[in-house]
Amino acid sequence: MKNAFMLLALGVFLLLSYGLYQGLVAAPTEATMGNVQRIFYYHLPSAILAFLCFTVNFLASVTYLMKRNARADALAVTTAEVGVVFCTVVLVTGPLWARPVWGIWWTWDARLTSTLLLWLIYVSYLMLRRFASGGQAPVLSSALAIFGFVDVGFVYMANRWFRTQHPQPVLFGAEGSGLDPSMRPALIWNLVAFTAYAALLVWIRYRMERARQELEQAHALAALAGGGR
Amino acid sequence: MSLLSVTRSSLAKDLRLEWRSKDALNAMLFFALLVVVIFSFSFEPSAEESRRIAGGLVWVAFLFAAVVALNQTWARELRNQVLDAYRVSPAPADALFLSKVLGNFLFVAVLELLMTPLFIVFFDLRALGATWQLLPVALFGTWALVVNGTFFAAVSLRTRSREIMLPLLLFPISVPALIAMVRATTLILTGEDSAFLPLVFLAVYDIVFTTVCLLLFETVLHAE
Repeated sequence: MKNAFMLLALGVFLLLSYGLYQGLVAAPTEATMGNVQRIFYYHLPSAILAFLCFTVNFLASVTYLMKRNARADALAVTTAEVGVVFCTVVLVTGPLWARPVWGIWWTWDARLTSTLLLWLIYVSYLMLRRFASGGQAPVLSSALAIFGFVDVGFVYMANRWFRTQHPQPVLFGAEGSGLDPSMRPALIWNLVAFTAYAALLVWIRYRMERARQELEQAHALAALAGGGR
Repeated sequence: MSLLSVTRSSLAKDLRLEWRSKDALNAMLFFALLVVVIFSFSFEPSAEESRRIAGGLVWVAFLFAAVVALNQTWARELRNQVLDAYRVSPAPADALFLSKVLGNFLFVAVLELLMTPLFIVFFDLRALGATWQLLPVALFGTWALVVNGTFFAAVSLRTRSREIMLPLLLFPISVPALIAMVRATTLILTGEDSAFLPLVFLAVYDIVFTTVCLLLFETVLHAE
């Protein structure tokens, strides 16, 4: 287990390094934005992974409520934590990129606002997990996860009334949008590297959470056995 | 026991309790009054400016004040293990939830009725759009705050430091509703555009979140 983790961590480190090289050196400089556009290779993969983590969190929460499966709960808390980390990266790299390109750090457009709200909701989820007492935490936080997931759609629509400043989707966007082919390797390498990194984090955190659950269960059983004497 | 009769008797009990003690209303009213006074000290707007910002100020004041009442809804049931009695009783959980939502809705509506004249006086407000439209905005908006608020009050009841937990959970979820309420109110006050779109948005928000609340409430009530 420990060896496997070290081996995987080394692989992820190599992938991330190669992704960094691809983004900073191999990819061409963008015509109008210049070098600052290179932050894109971190911004977009982080965003994709944050959304992926929160989706898994939602599915795990629903599974937990239906089946009361402790594994689903461990996966839910794990993906919420990792998702918040990646969402933070998105929220930090976004303004850094926006300031030189748009001239402002922040704007209340649909996508920025919903990402911020997503971050707030999942931080409140982690707070609830910390403050909920004992065995109720999984049920209560699963309920909150469902609320949060439903809420994000509303946040997005609520902001559509204001003109959106965020660029049109780069991937799967309309005709004419899209990434220059020469930039594609850098994006794909970083996407792969970040996905591997997220998977590693989720895996190791999941193992920790499972160990914690088992320990708690053992303590509860020991207390029961002690009480019987 | 039918849903309707349980809802009615539970609501009657809550209203009677509130009528005799007036705990929630008094605390909420004084809190909202303080917020209004502090807002008027912090901003000194002209009539034109206040039309633009009043929508936000009014709803933020109501949201803060509603939290005061919401925190008390379930805490009241902890005394003498009333909530545990509810859990073991065959009464439908939905009825309990609905009666609490209706009760809170009434309390917050009374608060709004009493505080709105104060806002008008302090901020020199006069709507340039269709004033009657403020009524559906108030109804849908209050329902949006109260339905989620009652649900998350039941959630935060199970946590340490529950009084502070409620706003932490409720505010992020309420943001879209708040955006729509403020937008609708501002549009009506300034008369720039029709408030139809934010109103429809609020109605959809209410329907969706009332459904989610009713679906999940029983699970949360029995969480162990």
